Amino acid sequence: MDYINLFVRSIFIENMIFAYFLGMCSYLAVSKTVKTAVGLGAAVIFVLSITVPINYLLDNYLLRPGALQWLGAEFADVDLSFLSFIMFIAVIASMVQLVEMIVEKFAPALYGALGIFLPLIAVNCAILGGSLFMQQKDFGAITEAITYGFGSGIGWFLAILGIAAIREKIAYSNVPAPLKGLGITFIITGLMALGFMSFMGIKL
Amino acid sequence: MATEKKNISEEKEAKKKEMILFLSSSEEKEHFLSKGNRKLLSDPLDDNNPITVQVLGICSALAITVQLEPAVVMAIAVVAVMAFANMIVSMLRNLIPSRIRIIVQLVVVASLVVLVDQILKAYAYDVSKQLSVFIGLIITNCIVMGRLEAFALGNGVYKSFLDGIGNAAGYGLILIIVAFFRELLGSGKLFGFEVLGHKAATVADSTGLYALGYENNGLMLLSPMALIVVGLLIWVQRARNRKLIEEN
Repeated sequence: MDYINLFVRSIFIENMIFAYFLGMCSYLAVSKTVKTAVGLGAAVIFVLSITVPINYLLDNYLLRPGALQWLGAEFADVDLSFLSFIMFIAVIASMVQLVEMIVEKFAPALYGALGIFLPLIAVNCAILGGSLFMQQKDFGAITEAITYGFGSGIGWFLAILGIAAIREKIAYSNVPAPLKGLGITFIITGLMALGFMSFMGIKL
Repeated sequence: MATEKKNISEEKEAKKKEMILFLSSSEEKEHFLSKGNRKLLSDPLDDNNPITVQVLGICSALAITVQLEPAVVMAIAVVAVMAFANMIVSMLRNLIPSRIRIIVQLVVVASLVVLVDQILKAYAYDVSKQLSVFIGLIITNCIVMGRLEAFALGNGVYKSFLDGIGNAAGYGLILIIVAFFRELLGSGKLFGFEVLGHKAATVADSTGLYALGYENNGLMLLSPMALIVVGLLIWVQRARNRKLIEEN
């Protein structure tokens, strides 16, 4: 039951875009059409559900205070947590590269669809944000980290899908000229985020 | 093909010369604050603002604009990181193989961010707690990577340094404007001081505007309002500067 709670929380209540504004740059840049939005969203789900568990292991067995205890008692008070930014981003950058190569080799069709978006993801704040929030949340088991990574990926996917659909429609409306494009997208995102806030009261 | 190659090598030569010029600070080089260099600083503040025009660096910008203090600290942190990241990458630009440049850039930025994070933890612990993961997220702040890719990889050290400061200042400017409105309208304070008067339990006990029955707008404290405030800022900017208006 806890896992379902965590899953729903990470999708709706702690939505990466609407609650924390993470990954906004690519969200705004790639949401002009639904098709590309789906491609980027799928890539984000994929990479988040891989990197969050890996960084969880890294955090628990290497970085946090006392994490090196498995090496021997004399390492019990070593604290490497100041290295976590560099370790996390290195894992993310290399995982993205690795995933890109694997997908290219074994699923050329998927690679064709995701192709250009995969390298973009290394600098998507939502990915690093997922790992940093994972570190803050102090999960008890790796399965929780997997659930959290997957859930936040889906949350991001839903958000970009929604805005892309709205932007396709809004092309036909009469928006004041200075608001066209970026301005109206910001305001719509704000309104969508207000809508998502109504999930906050839900206690699971 | 051959001429193209020649051009590239010539370009590289020119870049090297520029570098030598900078390092030896000869007489021929541009004045430190020449017109071109001033433009590098002032352009990103308005015409080419990173947030409202280039759409870069929004990710970490909006969640920390409820109050002015963290916004100012964040702006200073980004100025420091960007100025030095641009400078270091510009120094290394002829040595980095282009295939692995993203990883090299990330490492440079990440090390600078670790420095900033440690300094904040040592000297401004409360603010650093408030900013939580958002300092770490400067690493993946698109504005840093974007300027490294677009400017520092192809320009001299001093110019890149100015470009870093200019763009980070443009980013910080928006951050501070948004935080100003949100803190003023949302909680009636600026930097934690009650500028609109003191709000007591009853209207009779209150001072300043609150004595007239003024109420704070709690909506401004919610995170979605940051997006809407930025949207309105874009509206104001583009109504004033009509060449920025998008087709669709």
